[in-house]
Amino acid sequence: MPSPAPASIERVTETQVPVRDVSDEALAASSAGPAVTARVTVIRPPARWPHLDLRELWHFRELLARLAWRDIAVRYKQTSIGVAWAILQPFLTMVVFTIVFGKFGNFPSKGLQYQIFSYSALLPWIYFSSSVSSSSSSLVSNRALVTKIYFPRVMLPLAGVTVPIVDFLLAFGILVGMWAWFDVWPTAAIVFAPLFLLMALVTALGVGLLFSAVNVRYRDVPYLIPFLLSLWMYFSGVVYALDKLAEWQQWVLALNPMTAVINGFQWGVVGTEPPQLGQTLVSVGAMTVMFVVGLTYFRRFEPKFADTI
Amino acid sequence: MANAISVEELSKSYKIGELQSAYGTLRDSMAAGARRIVRREHKPHYEEIWALRDVSFQLAEGGVLGVIGRNGAGKSTLLKILTRITTPTSGQAQIRGQVGSLLEVGTGFHPELTGRENVFLNGSVLGMKRKEIIRKFPEIVEFAGVEQFIDTPVKRYSSGMSVRLAFAVAAHLEPEVLLVDEVLAVGDAEFQRRCLGRMEDFSSSGRTVIFVSHQMQSVAQLCERVIWLDKGSVVEDGRSTEVVARYLQSGFGAGSSRVWPDLMAAPGDDLVRLRSVRVVQDGEEAAAVDVRRPVGIEIGFRVMRGGGPAIFPKLKLVDQRGNVAFNAMDTSPRWNDVTEPGDYLSTAWIPGNYLNEGLATVQVGVCSLRASKLRPHAGMNDAVSFHVQDPGEGDSARGLFTGQWQGVVRPLLDWTTEER
Repeated sequence: MPSPAPASIERVTETQVPVRDVSDEALAASSAGPAVTARVTVIRPPARWPHLDLRELWHFRELLARLAWRDIAVRYKQTSIGVAWAILQPFLTMVVFTIVFGKFGNFPSKGLQYQIFSYSALLPWIYFSSSVSSSSSSLVSNRALVTKIYFPRVMLPLAGVTVPIVDFLLAFGILVGMWAWFDVWPTAAIVFAPLFLLMALVTALGVGLLFSAVNVRYRDVPYLIPFLLSLWMYFSGVVYALDKLAEWQQWVLALNPMTAVINGFQWGVVGTEPPQLGQTLVSVGAMTVMFVVGLTYFRRFEPKFADTI
Repeated sequence: MANAISVEELSKSYKIGELQSAYGTLRDSMAAGARRIVRREHKPHYEEIWALRDVSFQLAEGGVLGVIGRNGAGKSTLLKILTRITTPTSGQAQIRGQVGSLLEVGTGFHPELTGRENVFLNGSVLGMKRKEIIRKFPEIVEFAGVEQFIDTPVKRYSSGMSVRLAFAVAAHLEPEVLLVDEVLAVGDAEFQRRCLGRMEDFSSSGRTVIFVSHQMQSVAQLCERVIWLDKGSVVEDGRSTEVVARYLQSGFGAGSSRVWPDLMAAPGDDLVRLRSVRVVQDGEEAAAVDVRRPVGIEIGFRVMRGGGPAIFPKLKLVDQRGNVAFNAMDTSPRWNDVTEPGDYLSTAWIPGNYLNEGLATVQVGVCSLRASKLRPHAGMNDAVSFHVQDPGEGDSARGLFTGQWQGVVRPLLDWTTEER
């Protein structure tokens, strides 16, 4: 290909490029070859209310792992303090909260030293808030992938809530140190901690699915998210313990799944009172609603992502 | 059914307003929604455009099909539907076998990651399994010729190196059906030759290929059969030599001039209507222009009534790959006030030694500004087109260099050199 393009119409017809000529028979045969038995992809207009194809998600599992791994690798390569950041962020937040809310505010802390109360609440909270922010921007920040290749788009918000788990595990190390320092020990209920963390994941995924899809059309979503999250934190029992609130207030706050996550997590890791079963069920219900709404909205607009993004 | 690909009445429509309101803000949209409720207005009616309309064809296993057509003819939409990046509005398609696509080499490359990491990332993005990538890894690295740098972040690669690596990954895909869009548009001549070679190997090994390109030479060389799309529909489907020849004779759809004898049928509204658009050089209409001399785009229009907003002529130039080369409008003060009714002929002069070689397509319009947004009154996409040619006499921006010269523009710059 010496020249970039036909410089003129005439020139091409003149130069007589090497042409792969075929006989008429071959051409006719090219629309009826031997039968093949292979995977058949059928492409149709999208259903109005598409379901989530779990088999397909499973088929693409390696891509999910690869995307999550990419985000982790890039994150720890790009930031100068790397791993330390995952620990410093919750730790410094805890220090500030302890001074502001613990010392000056004298906020309730379930009878624990404010430091360990705050840190054990910040761990699931920071996991949740980074999951929400990274999954909400996941479609737009992977524009090149969305417009160039096919894969279930759900992968992107899903990778967004997977990656912060690494930060969570790193920051958990500090909590182990705090157990010894403050002589506050986990109870057997720690076996439930992963379940409560899963609740945070599902909630974050629901919110992330919704906002990532909205973000495709509306570019002001990234400005909305930090604001939403900072409000949300004050209603989740991160800076103050919810057990001093009136009974009815606690029931209302149970609509926020993060209250159950934090209560349940603290129950295991720092041995506070177990979360109230009824309120936890309300939270599970709210989580389910958020997830279903987020997923439905996402799937509904998924066919348009590549066209609008 | 022995067809690898079978497409039946595939159509895709967009709503024009829908696309324009993309990138909007939630705030604006909510405000508009509230206004509609308060004033009891209906949702604005959007005009529908068909990117693809009732396209049907069958391709047998092992067939190599080329798809040609000018910008916006629906070629890329067709590929995007077949690769499932976007969905059709109606109709259906069936593909037998594993599908691989090369819509752009290097999709998903991340500059911070090393060559090795990017091979794995890009491989899985293109649908390879981990084991497959591990198996082909040495071959990929050798093909790209980047052995020494494989553990260096890609941001330190030269652009040639990263394109080679990206192509090496893509070239080692082994799907049963391969969909290719304009990959040959990147890289130097040597690289393009290798791409073509690889694709020939691919098709001779009995796999099915759909190949979309603007480059008629490679289409004719690679494909036995070609589909010519225009405005979303199939114009012709047949042997590549014949279809390509007729396509070239048709002058790529848009010619060097366009005249609307019937004013009422011309593009426009109650304020302005287009009358003619013409490409001129050296005082004559020209389909092929010399890169060294200025080219004029002549826009004739009629202002139908007085009292409208202040209007001005505008144009947009698109290169053969669909890149917008530039937008330009007449900023002279004569358009500051309301233009009197009558006929006007505006010519925009594109300087010599500015455009790159190849086909340029011009969109023209007569617009006004409202709330700092462009509002077209009369306009046309693909109004005219022309070929920019370099006679190669050494006095253009490429000097005596004869190889591929990348870029949307190719200006002749002023160079100064001092001896120090």
